[in-house]
Amino acid sequence: MIRWDVIQGNLPLIGTKLLEHLALTLVAVVGGLVISGLAVVLIRDQPRIVALVTGFFSVVYTIPSLALLAFLVPLTHLTFLTAEIALVGYTLFILTRNLLAGLASVPRDALEAADGMGYGRTRRLWQVEVPLALPLIVAGIRIATVTTIGLVMVTALIGFGGLGQVMLRGYNFRNDTLVLVGFVLTVALGLIADLGLGWLGRAVTPWSRTRAG
Amino acid sequence: MDFVQLVVTWFLDSAHWTGTNGVPWRLVEHLVMSSLAVVIGVAIAIPAGLAIGHTGRGEQMATAVAGLGRAVPSYALLILFVPLFGLGFSSALPALILLAIPPILVNTVAGIRDVDADTVEAGRGMGMTEREVLMDVELPAALPAITLGLRTSAVQVVATATLVALVAGGGLGRYIVDGFALRQDDRLFAGALLVAVLAVGTDRAFNWVQRRFERRSGRPAHDAFGPPVPSGSAFF
Repeated sequence: MIRWDVIQGNLPLIGTKLLEHLALTLVAVVGGLVISGLAVVLIRDQPRIVALVTGFFSVVYTIPSLALLAFLVPLTHLTFLTAEIALVGYTLFILTRNLLAGLASVPRDALEAADGMGYGRTRRLWQVEVPLALPLIVAGIRIATVTTIGLVMVTALIGFGGLGQVMLRGYNFRNDTLVLVGFVLTVALGLIADLGLGWLGRAVTPWSRTRAG
Repeated sequence: MDFVQLVVTWFLDSAHWTGTNGVPWRLVEHLVMSSLAVVIGVAIAIPAGLAIGHTGRGEQMATAVAGLGRAVPSYALLILFVPLFGLGFSSALPALILLAIPPILVNTVAGIRDVDADTVEAGRGMGMTEREVLMDVELPAALPAITLGLRTSAVQVVATATLVALVAGGGLGRYIVDGFALRQDDRLFAGALLVAVLAVGTDRAFNWVQRRFERRSGRPAHDAFGPPVPSGSAFF
């Protein structure tokens, strides 16, 4: 069923699409992290706004990917922006949720100690709160990354999709080898990201023994 | 404004409410496909999860299923099955069943494992059989977690059932795929609206059931399939 000559002949395509897949994922996760990070820092002292924003993000998260793309295409057309708005949109719920949970998990004693030592708000955030929240933050990044790797496939419909394009081409030309190659590489990418970020979670927090890693 | 009018006109057109390409029929297709997958998924995942949770054997397998469940993209699974099972429903059903299983399995196992050990011991001390401990003590306490798994699973299946239109199947995704192909933005948008409302509605409905179980058992559930969040967290 697997034809090695097909793989050999399509190696440049597969390589390009693999890189495209990684780029789409990276931009989405980094973009999502910046947006959710800013949102969390701005709103976390106002529980009502937090509930409103996380509620909105959870609705976006629940909307099926195909529908979200369909909403966006009339507005932003078949562009990279459309693909990324959708991909970033899905990371926001996961990342905000874990950023908030991470910050909430910081012991009150640590905050008081920092205040007592005269730390300002910004310094306290970066040097005390973020490091202590890292296990949950990295856990969020991990799930967001694995989820995004899967969702990138669907953006094949609007001309992107990374490895989704490889599968789609295999589907359109009844080329089972390409379908299989696209599938195996995507799943491998997801598993590698899952294991890698799991390892990173433990590596950056040698002092913690949470089950977050 | 023009665009909104276009979409409203689409919904008001009686031609879109009759026949095999009408909204009611597409909705039935979508729901039948999704519920069949979830029901079969439940029939596999809940007994397996109860057994694993109660005996503690096979927990690593459950963890592996969870990891794979997160890493395998639904769209990829759907396309992978076409050469094996053919176009449309025949590929969609096995793909949807496989997607339905992990969240239910993982949350059932976690729900049973989280039951207070003393309560379980008390049950044994009262002379309950293992079966009675599982069905009368552990299962009721694990219901919020199991419902949460069911909710994650159902939402995922309803969302993926949209993609079935991409492999020449039916369901509400048909409007989106055809809307893209024919460049008809009103059809595209109407389809997206229908799908979004169905997914959010499914989420809310299961959430309502979950909250009822949580109130009854006094134990809030957290999604063992999703990212870890400290229990009793202020926000979720």
